Amino acid sequence: MSAATASSTATRAVVAPGVAPDPRGRKPGQHRFSAINVIAFIALALMAIGWLLPFLWAVATAFKTETDAASGAGGWVGESGPTTEAFTSILSQGNVWIWAGNSLWTSVVITLLTVAISAVAAYAFSRLEFRGKKLLYGAVIASIVIPPQVLIIPLFYEMLAFNLVDTPWGLILPQVVAPAMVFILKKFFDQVPIELEDAARVDGAGRFRVFWSIVLPLSRPILGAVAIFVFIGAWNNFLWPFLIINDTTLMTLPVGLQTVISAYGVQYAQVMAQAVLASVPLIIVFLVFQKQIVRGVATTGFGGQ
Amino acid sequence: MTLDTGSGRAGLADTAATRTIVTGDRTGRHRHVGDRGEQRIAWTFLAPFLAAFLLFLVWPLLHGLYLSFTDQSLTGAGGSFIGIANYVEALGDPVMWQSLGNTAWFTVLSTVPLVVIALVMALLVQRGLPGQWLWRLSFFMPYLLASTVISQIWVWIFNPQIGAANGILEAFGLEPIAWLQNPDTNMLAIVVATVWWTIGFNFLLYLAALQNIPETQYEAASIDGAGEWRKLFSITIPQLGQVTVLIVILQVLASLKLFDQAYQMLGGIASETTRSIVQYIYESGFVGYRFGYSAAISYVFFAVIVLIGVVQALATRRRKEHS
Repeated sequence: MSAATASSTATRAVVAPGVAPDPRGRKPGQHRFSAINVIAFIALALMAIGWLLPFLWAVATAFKTETDAASGAGGWVGESGPTTEAFTSILSQGNVWIWAGNSLWTSVVITLLTVAISAVAAYAFSRLEFRGKKLLYGAVIASIVIPPQVLIIPLFYEMLAFNLVDTPWGLILPQVVAPAMVFILKKFFDQVPIELEDAARVDGAGRFRVFWSIVLPLSRPILGAVAIFVFIGAWNNFLWPFLIINDTTLMTLPVGLQTVISAYGVQYAQVMAQAVLASVPLIIVFLVFQKQIVRGVATTGFGGQ
Repeated sequence: MTLDTGSGRAGLADTAATRTIVTGDRTGRHRHVGDRGEQRIAWTFLAPFLAAFLLFLVWPLLHGLYLSFTDQSLTGAGGSFIGIANYVEALGDPVMWQSLGNTAWFTVLSTVPLVVIALVMALLVQRGLPGQWLWRLSFFMPYLLASTVISQIWVWIFNPQIGAANGILEAFGLEPIAWLQNPDTNMLAIVVATVWWTIGFNFLLYLAALQNIPETQYEAASIDGAGEWRKLFSITIPQLGQVTVLIVILQVLASLKLFDQAYQMLGGIASETTRSIVQYIYESGFVGYRFGYSAAISYVFFAVIVLIGVVQALATRRRKEHS
């Protein structure tokens, strides 16, 4: 236990050298009240309003009656005042709950599988010697440039052959291959001091034990960053779930919403209520994991190069 | 995290640490590679990923290439080898060229604001003004929303009768526009929605890069009497060069994959001015049932991406040689 705590500061330095967790109070003297800071603040505020307004307008519309939403009368609140009608009617239809459940469990499974198989593979590429390593790693890295959209036809064909079309596993399995994540994790493992592992190995610990009880605890921040990213990607993925799932009860939230919108596109308040409901989980994720996400973008964005 | 963006070997850039291990391996080759126990452990560690990699990436990639030389249909019919007929047809297909053109046009229109506005946002936020979490939340939050959600929000904003976009036009005394229905404006509407949706990613990349610029450089400049603008143009902007190259590359590759929002904002209707190449792959495969032809278009698209990658790698290498 104490070993893990002691090492956590060292890891932070390894994970994000230079990515300061908090930019506040960075440049001394910049908080002072100056003309340039006032202009900067106004510019920032205007941009933030511009970026928040579309979403706030969607939230406002979700709390209107269908009549007010369709006429646009009454501005932000509508003539009849705010109501939760739209929410109650979509939630009573039942499908939204099923889709949210499907999105949640498939995204969690995709995240766990992706992180697990990428981490062990990355560790092998980083620390172990085996024949063909350079060639294999080169192939994995090269495959980062393949856009998943290019593979939809043969993948669908393969799922037909495996009888996985219109099943949750047909949705999940093709999404667990993430060569970019293997690359990012290998880069991280390369920076973990090998002395820590050597000491444990001298004590007789096997490779897997070293990986499990020394490397993994040290890698928690980067594993978290990778996991959050895989989760966001899986939660929001549209094209593959849209192609592979046809059964309404197996749809994920983005695909389910799209079918409802195509069917009842004119019920604006309900459409917006669904949009708001679908966004709430990820906004909570962002508020809770803001620091990890900010670091995750830097790591996955730059690491993907 | 190292920013070895100028290494010139796009995507193949290894860290210094890796290189050390590889060279170290060369001298001690027999000891390391010959170790059978370690070999077995390595393959055990690799097995789950490799299985998924082969099944869901390598095999589809090869099988897709094969399919592109057949007249395979989604219904199971066809499947006989027809040589390069699909490719000949694709290269003479005006819709394919139109989709490629739309995709390229979208990439140009979206990349410029997605890089420039993100940079401005990051420079302003980096000043450390109060409200840090609010700025980050405002600019990054849309990135967390599903394409279905953002599409509906923007369909609503661009609604010809009651949308906010026309409300703004009216406030300036201009005529309302049927943004998404009009072929002259529908791509622009998709670009605006995309900039709003995805700018947060580039914003955070720039913010991380700005935080990597050593504080001491600004302090030294202050001692020399440099003002705010001088520091911006002589320290900050030059140091962001490499990051900007990287962000542009990532953005171009992301923009080329346009599908979700363009498809959804137009309600699944194929518009001649917004149909992207990915949408054409989808339409020919899953609407027209022509798997073989769709696979051929996929490979044309893939070739374009590889070509861009090669050009970018060469450009980076030349830049590096010059400096």
